[in-house]
Amino acid sequence: MKDLTAEVETQTILELRNVEKRFDLDKGFLETLKFKGGRFTREQRSVHAVNNVSLEVKRGEALCVVGESGCGKSTVARLVAGLLEPSAGEIHYDGQRIDNKSRGQLLDLRKKMQMIFQNPYASLNPRMTIQQALEEPVRYHNPGLSRGEVRAKVAEVMKSVGVDPSWSSRYPHEFSGGQRQRIAIARALTVDPEFIIADEPISALDVSIQAQVLNLMLEAKEERGLTYLFITHDLSVVEHFGTRVVVLYLGSVCELADTRTLFSNPKHPYTKALLSAVPQLKDDKPNHIRLKGEIPTPINLPPGCPFESRCASANARCREEKPRPIVQPDGAMVACHAVEEGRLSPEI
Amino acid sequence: MSLLSVRDLTVKFAMRDQTVTALDQISFDLGKGERLGIVGESGAGKSITGFSLMNLLSRPGFIDSGSIQFEGEEIAGLPDRKMRSIRGNRMAMIFQDPMVTLNPVLTIGQQMVETLQAHRRLSRADAEQIAIMKLREVYIPSPEERLAQYPHELSGGMRQRIIIAMALLLEPQLIIADEPTTALDVTIQADIMELLLELCTSNMVGLILITHDLGVVSQMTERTLVMYAGRIIEAGKTREIINDPQHPYTQGLINALPQQTLPGHRLKQIPGNMPGLAAIPTGCAFNPRCPYAVDHCRSTRPETVSYASVEVACHEVNRLHNTVLEDESA
Amino acid sequence: MSSMVDTGEPTRLQRIWQSNMAYSFRRNPVAVVSLVIFLIIAVMSLLAPVIAPFDPYDPASIDIMNSEYPPAWVEGSEPEFILGTDDQGRDLWSTILYGTRLSLIIGLCAVGLQAFLGISIGLIAGYIGGRLDNILMRLADIQLSFSTLMVAIIFLAVTQAMFGSETFNQYAIFFLIAVIGVAEWPQYARTVRATVLAEKRKEYVDSARVLGFGAGRIMVRHILPNSLSPIFVISTVQVANAIISEASLSFLGLGMPPSQPSLGSLISSGFDYIFSGSWWITAIPGVVLVVLVLVINLLGDWMRDVLNPKLYKG
Repeated sequence: MKDLTAEVETQTILELRNVEKRFDLDKGFLETLKFKGGRFTREQRSVHAVNNVSLEVKRGEALCVVGESGCGKSTVARLVAGLLEPSAGEIHYDGQRIDNKSRGQLLDLRKKMQMIFQNPYASLNPRMTIQQALEEPVRYHNPGLSRGEVRAKVAEVMKSVGVDPSWSSRYPHEFSGGQRQRIAIARALTVDPEFIIADEPISALDVSIQAQVLNLMLEAKEERGLTYLFITHDLSVVEHFGTRVVVLYLGSVCELADTRTLFSNPKHPYTKALLSAVPQLKDDKPNHIRLKGEIPTPINLPPGCPFESRCASANARCREEKPRPIVQPDGAMVACHAVEEGRLSPEI
Repeated sequence: MSLLSVRDLTVKFAMRDQTVTALDQISFDLGKGERLGIVGESGAGKSITGFSLMNLLSRPGFIDSGSIQFEGEEIAGLPDRKMRSIRGNRMAMIFQDPMVTLNPVLTIGQQMVETLQAHRRLSRADAEQIAIMKLREVYIPSPEERLAQYPHELSGGMRQRIIIAMALLLEPQLIIADEPTTALDVTIQADIMELLLELCTSNMVGLILITHDLGVVSQMTERTLVMYAGRIIEAGKTREIINDPQHPYTQGLINALPQQTLPGHRLKQIPGNMPGLAAIPTGCAFNPRCPYAVDHCRSTRPETVSYASVEVACHEVNRLHNTVLEDESA
Repeated sequence: MSSMVDTGEPTRLQRIWQSNMAYSFRRNPVAVVSLVIFLIIAVMSLLAPVIAPFDPYDPASIDIMNSEYPPAWVEGSEPEFILGTDDQGRDLWSTILYGTRLSLIIGLCAVGLQAFLGISIGLIAGYIGGRLDNILMRLADIQLSFSTLMVAIIFLAVTQAMFGSETFNQYAIFFLIAVIGVAEWPQYARTVRATVLAEKRKEYVDSARVLGFGAGRIMVRHILPNSLSPIFVISTVQVANAIISEASLSFLGLGMPPSQPSLGSLISSGFDYIFSGSWWITAIPGVVLVVLVLVINLLGDWMRDVLNPKLYKG
């Protein structure tokens, strides 16, 4: 029995294979027509939100996806949750391809995979009482349950996430952000999922409340054996919560490593800059790596490395050829020509 | 003489059925060129403090009592007409969302020139020269071209730089920055903060930095006020407060940060929620969430006392400190 | 002791009384007066068979000899008829009560039909989107490019000719409801579609989708309840519009027959006598119509102010 669980722990639960997502900016035929140099041409502009991303999530781990706004981390979450369809590539869950299935075919998956959203002020239906919001998914996915059984299930979940039963007849607007996020987590847990996608679940909350919600998610992870895909921009949370980390930049994976490896020995120049920019409590001498310029728009990306325009170690090869992720001796995967060639200056 | 001196400032909001107290007898001083952080969670009253100082409170909020002296002049309750000559001129404010401050239908140049000409008698060409100079100070590449651009053509970081340049246009004595980088990414935030720090120190401008981020306060400011439910509960040198907080709330706030716990372990959370303004507990406002609260805390509001080089409003700070020391020696 | 009772959970009624909407209502005298007047008109007209001293639909109670008596305060009046009588000798007070009832019923039912069509089409167009949205909204555009009255006049004139005025008069009320109801659905469909597009982006809809709920459930259980505010606002305006449309059609002789007069047909029938001195047959129903439409519009204005998401944060 024990061996079996050990084997399960290293199993891949979710796999993304070369996933791409483009959003077309010019919708319809007329908008694609451009007048250039005296003649009409057709031109389709699109935002490349996610470019050729491949990653695996192992059962029982918490894979964190970090990056700055516009890096495509939320798009990854929404692709996995089935809220968006990938433009190319495949998404597999438990060995089964899920990105091309209809809603009806995915109904069973919905019980296994749930999502927690960033904004607790918008993720609960304002016109439903807490009880209604929590009962709805239980009823929907278990039509055979009696009224009493549904109530018992809801009461059990409420107790486990610390939702006060006296809240049940009230509406979401009567609660603070932290309380709402607790309710949203309870709602996701009512269907007993095994995999949770958390899209910036704490970034809209206050510091002391962030700790409460993070603790709640950690508890749920231990008690229910949950696997997380955790999207965040906050690196201190990643260090605390994640088992492995993916760093995204302009929709491409820069670095993928164990949390400890990434924080003790970041390799990609972008990861280094990101880590150095986090304000620290104890040292009052800020000494962060300055990146030149700002994140370019993800419309019509350059052919080379997406980070090339801001990178201090960039050369001609970086401008022309997109780096492939290469496994380093310590297990980290880094997509950088400079790291590959060993020409990255060690002090930055 | 201090640059800004706030005494017993009380701000109330006239709600439908009752009047609630948003700021409760706030007192603090700011020296010339000093950098002060105001930390607290949402609802603590830190933004209202900023608005009150700028005399930007609007109905239903009003200053109930107390005084705000800016360069020796009483500005609480000053009529708007007189306040306008101070606001933007000797005192400037930077808001969280740059798009709110910048007018989307005017170019950067128009907005900067307009601000300058509203306060100084300057020709258009001279005003533009000053604007270009200020843009250069905030490291904006090719400032001449930026003047002709509209806010939406610029990135978030660039816009916030322009806001800072505009705040500096009239060489104010004091800048109030309300969560200036919350809407920005970490790498950009670090740049903007460094810039703000550099400008304040080189021009001897006083800075009040309102933020929820203890890390930012720790890097930017010399002194810090910690606010809770409209009251200042701890004040002192930033270093002292970060390294050795005295009030249980400040301790809780710092200990709740993920950096303070080993990865994967439970964070040290503060139970409960910040009370609403209409339901601030009697006695110490923090008592329902405080692990050290005793009867006294529930009945009487604590006075501010000096303790271990900080000012702290807590009845039990002595006992607290002793138990902590015992714990450490044990 | 009584405080112990008060500290319990507020009842539903108390909650409604304490809500922001009720509060702003209490603070707004125009809205209060409008609602009171509207309720008086509505209750009295619905109770018309009980209140009215005569039954205008009963030919036996009408005496042509009683025609054109002026209202009670004018010289030459008959005290039996408070507001005087019309050209056929019907008691004007009773006829107005019955007529208002008809106008209100037609207005409300027509708006009910509009709302049903418009909300369903708007929800589907907004939520499903894509080509279906395009087709439905172009249909709405086409519909809107015809004026309501024009469509109604053509439709009613054709049906009148087809069925003969005997049958038409019998079913006039249904024809009116149908034509006014169908002619204005795009108002609802557009408003609902716009709110659905805004609501669809909110995370609670994503959350419902992640939970695997079907499109129908998400539309009806999640999006529709959150789109109600604008629906309420346009409903009041639409009721007023429908009452006016009905009155106009009846005035033109395409609505309710003179034997079952609505406010519009009353005004119309009195119009011929206005120069012979019998002004009251037109003027009094006219005033009732104006007051009724005005109070509904004033209520609509108040509601728009209160429910405007830009002014009021929920």
